[in-house]
Amino acid sequence: MTRILVVVGAGLCGGAAVQALRGEGFDGRIVMVGAEPHLPYERPPLSKEYLRGEQDRDALFLWPESAYSENDIEVRLETRVLALHPDGPAVELEGGERIDAEGVLLATGGRPPLLGGEPSDRVLTLRTVEDADRIRAALDGAGRLVVVGAGFIGAEVAASARGLGVEVTMLEMLDVPLVRAIGEEMGKVYAAIHRDHGVDLRTGESVKAVEEDSGGDVVVIGVGIEPNVDLARDAGLEVDDGVVVDGRCRTSAAGVFAAGDVARHDHPLFGPLRVEHYDNALKQGAAAARSMLGRDEVFDDPHWFWSDQYDVNLQVAGFASSWDRTVVRGSIEDLDFAVFFLRDGVLLSVLGVNRGKDVRRAMKLIAARARPDPGSLADQEVDLRTLVPAS
Amino acid sequence: MAERVAGRDDIPVGEMRSFEVGGREVAVANADGTFYAFEDECTHQFCRLSEGDIEGDRVICACHGSEFDLETGDAVNPPATEPVETYSISVEGDDLLVDLG
Repeated sequence: MTRILVVVGAGLCGGAAVQALRGEGFDGRIVMVGAEPHLPYERPPLSKEYLRGEQDRDALFLWPESAYSENDIEVRLETRVLALHPDGPAVELEGGERIDAEGVLLATGGRPPLLGGEPSDRVLTLRTVEDADRIRAALDGAGRLVVVGAGFIGAEVAASARGLGVEVTMLEMLDVPLVRAIGEEMGKVYAAIHRDHGVDLRTGESVKAVEEDSGGDVVVIGVGIEPNVDLARDAGLEVDDGVVVDGRCRTSAAGVFAAGDVARHDHPLFGPLRVEHYDNALKQGAAAARSMLGRDEVFDDPHWFWSDQYDVNLQVAGFASSWDRTVVRGSIEDLDFAVFFLRDGVLLSVLGVNRGKDVRRAMKLIAARARPDPGSLADQEVDLRTLVPAS
Repeated sequence: MAERVAGRDDIPVGEMRSFEVGGREVAVANADGTFYAFEDECTHQFCRLSEGDIEGDRVICACHGSEFDLETGDAVNPPATEPVETYSISVEGDDLLVDLG
């Protein structure tokens, strides 16, 4: 009997998973089902290069069509999965087809909340390429852009709009943007970057309602995503701000896996964590695929993401929910620095501003649970590679 | 025609340097004693690859993590999908010579 694996979701995570399944030598049927009308594409440019019109739609696709056809991957686009049956498991597709499979991967991503606003041509969120097209069209005639949320997506849209010459007001609920992720000092640096580029950033502002008026303002709501857990929840799987999975991306139901934006993964370094970033979608998708094939491998990547805003390349690796010490390497004033976040001497996270090399080298320290000497971290003469403990 | 870019001891193991050769920016990498030369521009967002890192047989872009095979120039980790151009490099005596071909 032919073995069958089903991947629910045709975003980058699903794409990475099906490519990895074939790459690892699985020779049964692979079915990828996606609600969007496109093959997996990259979302990072949607708030940046693509939004500004610097990148074509064709360039968003990470794998060409041939990577699916030549690998004999059955792709069902614009197709929703209506139900997951955990015993088996099996999935039920829009249109009535039922696929009984050896394994099912949930890579269903998330959707951006509208905060009670009615979707329209001038009240928008950003998740899909069509969303980006709508925002771009709205910006072309906009009197002003109001961005709700100064997180990474909102801030990137704000930066792109400034680049297009649009006036921008950005509303942030917190007194200091990103304070929980990068601390007060760095949050203030981040706020200053936007104000220096002409953004009217208003902090401590809670949005109570979003209404359209007769002015030309456009509203983009960028307050993160809600994970698409409906299938898993309806199937009785354990859900807690995401589909709960163990270190190997296994859900509470045998044969059912989850990865990417939707998965709350038990990370060996950081504990349970749901990550909404590109690199994780790719790497965790591939790791879940290997897990579906029975590879005994805990996903322990230290996590990494970037955000480009104006001429600032910001990168973060690792994760710290709290820390008791920060160490700065380089010059904050010149926007050329890395900040290390430590707890009990262990390096948990690093934030780099125009310091990609430091971030990449620090990732090795984070993965190794290193306790680097703070003086050495701060000393730019010290090569961070020399601080990795011998294994 | 091959052009001298540096002495072989000028680029320590695990390091890269950037040179202008024939009007092009060329990165020269020393990966565990083997030298490689390639275009010093990532095919993703045009960052200088020489400001990244070498890991094993790959160069990693510092901006967005794209990885290229040092030998072939192939993009082996996204977000880049297009290869970088590689150039032939040779060691003659104490000199590193790059040939754009």
